[in-house]
Amino acid sequence: MIVRFLETIGRGIIRFLEQLGRFFWMLGRILVWAPRPPYDAPEWVRQMVRVGVDSIPLVFLTTLFTGMVLALQTYTGFARFNAQSLVGAVVALSLTRELAPVLSALMVSGRVGSAMAAEIGSMRVTEQIDALEALATEPVQYLVVPRVFASTLMLPLLVVMGDVVGMYGGYFVSVQLLGANPVTYYDSSFEFLDMEDFTVGLAKAAVFGLILSVVACVRGYHTEGGAEGVGRATTQAVVVGSLAILLADFFLTRLLF
Amino acid sequence: MTASPRNRSAQAQGQAKLQVRNLRKNFGGHVVLDGVNLSVAAGESLVIVGPSGTGKSVLLKHLIALLRPDAGEVFVDGQNFWELDGVGRNELRKKFGMAFQEGALFDSMSVFDNIAFPLRRTGRRSPAEVRARVEECLELVQLPDIGSKRPSELSGGMRRRVGFARAIAHKPEILLFDEPNTGLDPIMTDIIAEVILGIRHQMEPTIVTITHHIPSAGKIGDRLALLFGGRILFEGPPEEFLHSSDPAVRQFVEGRAEGPLTVESERARGKTISEAR
Repeated sequence: MIVRFLETIGRGIIRFLEQLGRFFWMLGRILVWAPRPPYDAPEWVRQMVRVGVDSIPLVFLTTLFTGMVLALQTYTGFARFNAQSLVGAVVALSLTRELAPVLSALMVSGRVGSAMAAEIGSMRVTEQIDALEALATEPVQYLVVPRVFASTLMLPLLVVMGDVVGMYGGYFVSVQLLGANPVTYYDSSFEFLDMEDFTVGLAKAAVFGLILSVVACVRGYHTEGGAEGVGRATTQAVVVGSLAILLADFFLTRLLF
Repeated sequence: MTASPRNRSAQAQGQAKLQVRNLRKNFGGHVVLDGVNLSVAAGESLVIVGPSGTGKSVLLKHLIALLRPDAGEVFVDGQNFWELDGVGRNELRKKFGMAFQEGALFDSMSVFDNIAFPLRRTGRRSPAEVRARVEECLELVQLPDIGSKRPSELSGGMRRRVGFARAIAHKPEILLFDEPNTGLDPIMTDIIAEVILGIRHQMEPTIVTITHHIPSAGKIGDRLALLFGGRILFEGPPEEFLHSSDPAVRQFVEGRAEGPLTVESERARGKTISEAR
């Protein structure tokens, strides 16, 4: 009984270490292959469109409603001790430092990470990755590098938009629905906000973009077992990617702020 | 052409294009290749036959370094794949063209882009040159005018032939065919064999084919090798293979369920080996 329990734990640890090893192995391969020619510029642009441009509606809605609900909640709370004038500051700081990067990354992980894992995974099970290698093309360079590059670059840009949209959502709720003074709200939004809050949020977004794309590509790259395996890889890409984002968020915040 | 391919291969003996030495591979304790030795001369066509699940595809993937051997070596023109770095391996792979079992076409691209892929990746060619070569290759596999189609629109036989076209596009010296006619109707099976012969006639490459279809094997190959239980059990010209008295070869040629090649015997063998480890 105890032996079986320990075995289960041991297997779990081994699997965790295996995944971690694969993540860093992939990171190493990316660093080795990214600077080498040939550079497939059209593919890089295509991936940037898929990760960035196509995610705009999703990130727009996510951050808009986050800003709105944040204003709504803090307003009710802060009204209890007459601190309504600080709602703008709370919304601005929470969004730029934390909520816009994390929530955008989680949403993009669901949308883009799953697609990456499914695409690379089905290429693996239909021997298309073997075919790439047979055609003297390094799969990591051809498939993984453009995706990771696009995701690392586009996520901060999405978050720039998310910061603006979310703050506008907060402004809209406070001023239009709850009757706050627009000038006071505006001033309070920027009074406590430093450039650093903004840039650190973007740095976090870039790291999240890197993590979610590498996790998704690793899961796809090591897919086995046909269509079922592709399904498993897709789910795991989102679950592991999201958990990794939340874990990294804590440590990055501890480190950067 | 004065010398028939068969004579030519006999003359070319000694200067092996491909050489496999004592190749071993196991997956999770199950021994798949157990000391395979093989040599293919330049311009020769070798067909590897054997029952399903005996590691024929595994062996083929070792020839182009898609898999790394646990022990033993694979030499291509005297060069060992695994003594090279990633870039060197890719350079050596440019000598190869490989056609995969189900075609393995890139489904994000059109048929044209699939065939143009190796041309665009392996050197500088003008768009006109690429177009001309792609059309030439489609002609050679008897599928003209399908360049604009997507792989998902093609039948199984067509997909495989497009896979052939992609494999030969950059004029490789060595061609590998992984089960080119498995799961196709008898007519398409013969068309595939004809296409391979046509490619052979025009490009004179070294060819290694995997199949378990005996008539095609006899048609395509100068030499047949029977792989079973991780080893080459028999090697020889098609006539010798077909008339061999070796019980394993006889069972395979006659397609009998009973005999030394039955799945049970292999399973038992795999078990004893994993127990012994």
